[in-house]
Amino acid sequence: MGLRLHGGSAECVENLVVIAGTRPLRRWHWVHKWSSIVCTVFMLMLCITGLPLIFHHEIDHLLHEEVDPSVVPPGTPKANLDQAVANALAKFPGQVPQFLIFDRDEPNALMVSIGSSIKSNPVDNRIARVDVHTAAFLDSPDVTGRFTYLMLRLHSDMFAGLPGKLFLGLMGILFCVAVISGIVVYAPSMRKLRFGAYRKDRPRIVRRLDVHNLAGILLVMWTLVVGFTGVINTWADLVLKMWQYGQLAEMTAQYKGREIPTKLTPVEEAVKVAQQAIPHMQPAFVSYPGTLFTSNTHYAVFMRGDTPVTSRLLKPALIDAETGKLTDSRDMPWYVSTLFLSQPLHFGDYGGMPLKIIWAILDIITIVILWTGLYLWLRRRKPAASATRAGASADPQRIEGQAVTS
Amino acid sequence: MTMLRTPPVRTSRRTLAQIFTWPLLIGVLSTVGLISALVGDGLWDGVSWLALLLPILLYALFLLRPRR
Repeated sequence: MGLRLHGGSAECVENLVVIAGTRPLRRWHWVHKWSSIVCTVFMLMLCITGLPLIFHHEIDHLLHEEVDPSVVPPGTPKANLDQAVANALAKFPGQVPQFLIFDRDEPNALMVSIGSSIKSNPVDNRIARVDVHTAAFLDSPDVTGRFTYLMLRLHSDMFAGLPGKLFLGLMGILFCVAVISGIVVYAPSMRKLRFGAYRKDRPRIVRRLDVHNLAGILLVMWTLVVGFTGVINTWADLVLKMWQYGQLAEMTAQYKGREIPTKLTPVEEAVKVAQQAIPHMQPAFVSYPGTLFTSNTHYAVFMRGDTPVTSRLLKPALIDAETGKLTDSRDMPWYVSTLFLSQPLHFGDYGGMPLKIIWAILDIITIVILWTGLYLWLRRRKPAASATRAGASADPQRIEGQAVTS
Repeated sequence: MTMLRTPPVRTSRRTLAQIFTWPLLIGVLSTVGLISALVGDGLWDGVSWLALLLPILLYALFLLRPRR
């Protein structure tokens, strides 16, 4: 009778028996359990903060006033870049431009990233938006108080800088381990069940197990790809360092130890030279001499292509800031390209609004996977308690009947 | 498509191949969906949406379909 009362949890017991059946499987189960336990709380946080980040453009647009750039007929010539930068700097006396950003999503606005000095930490930079066609200053919102900024910081480093990033990266690796070991332990769990089995008339623990198995196996590829590309993104600072000491140092070896020139070539000229050198690409990003992404003596103009892939793979053209001549331009090394390509695969921002919505739903289902996994672990730790509850709350007659039909 | 006919969930012992046929298919389609929107716009995006919508639809289908 006692066993029959427990019949509701028989499935789990059976699964556990099967899982415990062979030694390698038991080991996989151990891996699945512990990799999950360690990362679950952080993964829940990442899934929850990541959800609004999928729509950060839309949310910012909704919550914050933005001055729109003027609407112009196609083919309208663009304003002089130096004029645009000067107009931005007029609002920030005594400060300097470090970067220019040509936003793919907002081609009519140029962003000027302004620091207190050329070597100051770009993290503290302010962004000024300028109209691309009229060179008029638009606005320079302080984003640090925004909801999306809070989410972004929690999501990327928990306000703990590089150590925070690397820690979350480690959690991401554990998550990937949990997904892969989850595939292995899925098999014994499904020995006697059809694909997609959901035993909705069974006790909660069985239903949660079914949901966990179903959602987990359906989302394997997505969770692995988004999880691992997230891990790669946590290494962005390290990848940048590698590039600085590798390819960038090689390209600027002759100029090593030089000071920043006192008189710079106009940035308009530098971008023009880069565009002539790489005519099939568009400028995406300009790094002023002395900043993070270039040498003391070069403008680095990063060019992008126009397909979804090539628009992510930036190619730098180094322009001598004194002579205004192109000195070198190379494709980025594989580790930078990997980082660039891992970004869209993590953000889900490469297939329009429908893909973003799909990304959001998959993110929510991932939360379900994490939640049910946590539930199963907490329940299995106290088998006696859950058995008592099942016995106390359920009608023995009903459970017995089920045991017979199943 | 026998699986869509709401068969009894319990079945006789299944082989690894049987267990992983559907997951493998869905995994391959998800990969196609993840990559195709990177390759191009327009049609490529459409392929991506459909392929990545599949696991969502299956999830809803299996959880919501009426029990026999």
